Amino acid sequence: MSTQQHEQDRVEPGAAEPVMAATGLVKRYGKVTALRGADFELLPGEIMAVVGDNGAGKSTLIKALSGAIVPDEGEIRLDGSPVRFHSPLDARKAGIETVYQTLAVAPAMDISSNLFLGREQRKPGVRGSVFRMLDRKAMRAAAQDQLDALGVATVQNIDQIVETLSGGQRQAVAVSRAAMFGTKLVIMDEPTAALGVKESGQVLDLIRRIRDRGLPVILISHNMPHVFEVADRIHVHRLGRRAALVQPGDYTMSEVVSLMTGALSLDSDGALVDPSGHRAEVDEQGHAVAVDG
Amino acid sequence: MSSTTTAPPAAAPSKEDRRGLADLWLRSPTLGPLIALAIAVVIFSLTSSTFMNIDNMSLVLQQTIVIATLALGQTLVILTAGIDLANAAIMVLGSLLFAKLAAQGQPPLLALVAGFAVCTVIGAVSGALVTRLKLPPFIVTLGLLTVVTALGRLYSDGNSWPVTSDLLGYLGKGSYLFGQFYVTPGMFVMLAMFGIVWYALSHTAWGKHVYAVGNDEEAARLTGIHVRQTLFSVYVVAGLIYAVAAWQALGRIPNADPNAFQTGNLDSITAVVIGGTSLFGGRGGVWGTLVGALIVAVLRSGLTQAGIDSLYQDVATGLLVIAAVAFDQWARRRAL
Repeated sequence: MSTQQHEQDRVEPGAAEPVMAATGLVKRYGKVTALRGADFELLPGEIMAVVGDNGAGKSTLIKALSGAIVPDEGEIRLDGSPVRFHSPLDARKAGIETVYQTLAVAPAMDISSNLFLGREQRKPGVRGSVFRMLDRKAMRAAAQDQLDALGVATVQNIDQIVETLSGGQRQAVAVSRAAMFGTKLVIMDEPTAALGVKESGQVLDLIRRIRDRGLPVILISHNMPHVFEVADRIHVHRLGRRAALVQPGDYTMSEVVSLMTGALSLDSDGALVDPSGHRAEVDEQGHAVAVDG
Repeated sequence: MSSTTTAPPAAAPSKEDRRGLADLWLRSPTLGPLIALAIAVVIFSLTSSTFMNIDNMSLVLQQTIVIATLALGQTLVILTAGIDLANAAIMVLGSLLFAKLAAQGQPPLLALVAGFAVCTVIGAVSGALVTRLKLPPFIVTLGLLTVVTALGRLYSDGNSWPVTSDLLGYLGKGSYLFGQFYVTPGMFVMLAMFGIVWYALSHTAWGKHVYAVGNDEEAARLTGIHVRQTLFSVYVVAGLIYAVAAWQALGRIPNADPNAFQTGNLDSITAVVIGGTSLFGGRGGVWGTLVGALIVAVLRSGLTQAGIDSLYQDVATGLLVIAAVAFDQWARRRAL
């Protein structure tokens, strides 16, 4: 059902109220301006990929959205109301979860403990309030439900020690944790960067399932095939601002890459143009060439 | 069903078996030390007619108490991937405070409270240096080892102070059970302490955070754990435990000596490591430490009864430490 919902979003991106919207974000580090009036938008039920060359200010944008830095100017709105995050913990309290490319798990602990790390549940009554006793049974059951719901089938046992899992399974644990506690949206910073082909595929499937269950996802990735595989829309970041907002079906990977590098840009009709303003396309070798239009 | 098992079936069994053993080791780190303890007890009861005597068993337990209590605090620190070289020095200073204050006419209870307070504060100082100045625990506690040892000698005027009150010697005053088995309050206090710390580590969020911080500090931070608070609390609790060890020490030997327990720090690390807690942090537990302390005591007792020189006992203990760490490393490599 959410797939259909999301098809509609695709046709009319302006129709739904954005879950998260940022306008005119500016961030300066001394003389360097990392964000120069950047806009960002995330609609309900979509996977928004953020791509950009190194140094484009992509990670500064993500840090601003996830609370790791406070922008100098601009506004971030969450479900329509302005928010100001002073730390990642603020963002988390607002329902934004972040998955990092470094597998942020405790390797010697089991899956259930990792899912609830920092958010442990205590037993009801005196055992919980006075003796601070953890409700391991409830946490285990909830962890199992979560993994089942997300279809993380390769993990057989919720008590399994995380270091005995493959890299993909470990990332699946981190992603499941974010999906479990994220109420508004999940930010994933290069979640497949450390993984092999097959494992990346499993994590991408997982990202899609999170989207299908109604939680929108911001996916930062260098990997164009991965972006084209799962993204509903692509935010192309360049020189500290949004250079283009495109749908994967409308452009090829090479065209998106040329938007990233600035070899081409989009005119007001959404057509690709070269820096001199002529209509252009990308040939099979990946070079931007002018076309007669 | 699982898409991860890609090994050919023919090669699988032996590899899986070894993986299983390593996995078992990682899951129940106390199992190995327990087996080692059992083997040591069996061998020594065969080689020596007096080893299994009730009075000898009782003596072994009595000798274990102080080091085991020190090692309990050490376990907490090592679980966070730290190390505490100052623990025995803190304990000695605590016992000197107990004994000298009481000998100078202060109420024994006040002496006890003062000693507990000082040990806990020194723990807090270690914790603050580690978390605020971000100094490596090795350096912090190496410095404190020297400082606290000197403070102990200054405070005691280089003399040892006898225990002059029943309260200070209370933990060592026991009675005989079954004829010759000497049972002291200190034994129960030690077991209770291990039980409390075990509970805190395995059944509370604080314990999960201690393991997580020792596992991967950065990952713990990213999951929202207050890493500095957790680390600081560990050093404070450890300081408190060293104060209990100081009280235990006066029960065992009714005399506070500034030059006692000079290798107590290393002995406690030995017990922790033999007990299966990883020096790299995040793995292990308190029961392993208790077993580790017992292994060392049993080994020394058994070798003494077999008439082996105490220097060879040191050799044996040292080799055991190396073997324990080597096995831990092997198991971790194998299981990954």
